Amino acid sequence: MGGKTTFYEVVRQRGISRRDFLGFCAMTATYLGLGPDGAGILAHAMQTKPRIPVLWLHGLECTCCSESFLRSGHPLATDIVMSMISLDYDDTIMAAAGDQAEAIISDIIRDYRGAYILAVEGNIPLANDGMACIVGGRPFKHQFDEAAKHAKAIIAWGTCASSGCVQAAKPNPTKATPVHKLVQHVPVINVPGCPPIAEVMTGVISYILTYDRMPELDNQLRPKMFYSQRVHDKCYRRAHFDAGQFVEQWDDEGARQGWCLYKMGCRGPTTYNACASIGWNENTSFPIKSGHGCIGCSEEGFWDRGPFYERLPDMHQWGVESNADKVAAIGAAALGVAVTAQLGATVVQRVFRKRKPEEQAEHKEPTE
Amino acid sequence: MKHFIPYHQLPDEGIPDSVAVYGPGIRSWHWMSALMVVVLCLTGYFIGVPPPSVLGDTSSLYVMGWIRFFHLSSGYLLTILAVMRVWLIFVEKGITYHLFVPAIWRAEWLDGFMRQIRWNLLMVSRPRRYVGLNPLAGTAMLLLFVLPTCVTIITGFAMYAEVSGHDSWQYWLFGWVTSIFGNTMDLHVIHRLAMWLIVFFSFIHVYISVREDILSRQTMISSMLSGERQFRR
Repeated sequence: MGGKTTFYEVVRQRGISRRDFLGFCAMTATYLGLGPDGAGILAHAMQTKPRIPVLWLHGLECTCCSESFLRSGHPLATDIVMSMISLDYDDTIMAAAGDQAEAIISDIIRDYRGAYILAVEGNIPLANDGMACIVGGRPFKHQFDEAAKHAKAIIAWGTCASSGCVQAAKPNPTKATPVHKLVQHVPVINVPGCPPIAEVMTGVISYILTYDRMPELDNQLRPKMFYSQRVHDKCYRRAHFDAGQFVEQWDDEGARQGWCLYKMGCRGPTTYNACASIGWNENTSFPIKSGHGCIGCSEEGFWDRGPFYERLPDMHQWGVESNADKVAAIGAAALGVAVTAQLGATVVQRVFRKRKPEEQAEHKEPTE
Repeated sequence: MKHFIPYHQLPDEGIPDSVAVYGPGIRSWHWMSALMVVVLCLTGYFIGVPPPSVLGDTSSLYVMGWIRFFHLSSGYLLTILAVMRVWLIFVEKGITYHLFVPAIWRAEWLDGFMRQIRWNLLMVSRPRRYVGLNPLAGTAMLLLFVLPTCVTIITGFAMYAEVSGHDSWQYWLFGWVTSIFGNTMDLHVIHRLAMWLIVFFSFIHVYISVREDILSRQTMISSMLSGERQFRR
């Protein structure tokens, strides 16, 4: 845990060539949109600035963020960023275990007070004193609070940490709570996605390391460089949307032709993520490219906005499964009945009254 | 136009002189908005539930593109018309503000409201005659048209801001709406529910206008064309 060694020294010790190192810098600078001199700035920072210790805590989660991170597209990204962070604390992939592992956390908090980055994967259950997630014999809430209090910044990995994800689905029995709702006075950066794209994760860490500040965030605390555009806007099937060509069934001609999946419930139009431009697994594919609609996994509340294969989400407000159009149809039926009843009654009344025109002319309204 | 006291009631007996109720601005606003509402509801329905796919090449087909173009451009026009409608309160004065502010604090409101409901349930044989909107009509228009229209305009521009990006004026003005909901899917659902309310309003509005024109001893449809309300026995 050499606090003074630079990041570059660590990767060189690991046998990574300078050429590969510069390749990583160039790739990351491109993803971050840093411009032509970005790679140089990045490389310079990594060679001169001391490593920032990173604590990687796991709360209520499924470890898919770690899995994604380990599969970072550039072959070196994993090595490079892992050497930057993993040696400190990540209970999934570190060698230490038990008391030895837990001691690392208190050491880091003591030695690097206000100077380490806390990365949180998963969220914090608050119900029943946090008994739904126990780490090292204590509720995760305690570990999180201690680590969060003195952190320089907190990175909330994944939709769990950013907004709750499936464990926070209604009625949220464990009261799983996203990171930014439990932290004051420490900047939080949300990196949603279930999991987030590996290049997005390495990009965010590289940016903080290089510029020693948080990237520009939107109103949901997401880095704008990766989350300011919708999947729909960058989708390669967008032309079929504008043309009005939609997959109507999973095995129809449109599906074979690669038409737009909007009618099959694709959430691309309401999902902010970089899938359509960065892609997954070294840009091999992303869900829409493999023929399945986006489920909006980086959006808040996506888990409660099903069914994923219908354009209009269900509304559970009335206790029965329904959507906007079904509610409207019931309203239209009620309206039709009311109008018909009124029309019918009026006609009956008029026909009946026509028989006594004189009476009607003299008719006086009873005072109310 | 001098009648700006809400629910100015005309005598039940006899045939009052015709009254000028709608100025030229209100009348043109009404019919232009009506056209916009029709175009918006039709295109909006098809944006949520697109028509069957068309065969052909994307280089020549632009079906959804045109539907969205007409929806977005008429959305802009509806917004401009709505602003114009507010401006008309100060220009044409008279009863023009009654649409936005039902005077529920006045004794006439509850009385007239209940009376109008009884009229619609065929419990009284003659309706009251007002210079402007009756209390039931004013309330219904506020709840079923004015408010849903505001909701569609706000959610509509918030969704437009998603398309035009974070550095657009739409995002600057309406971006806060997306932060209320988090997931912008909700904007689409609320926008569509508000659309259905406006559709219901349009049906009720046309039906009641025709009905009242026939049954309530005063003109309705031609008043919105000529601006004058005429009365008969």
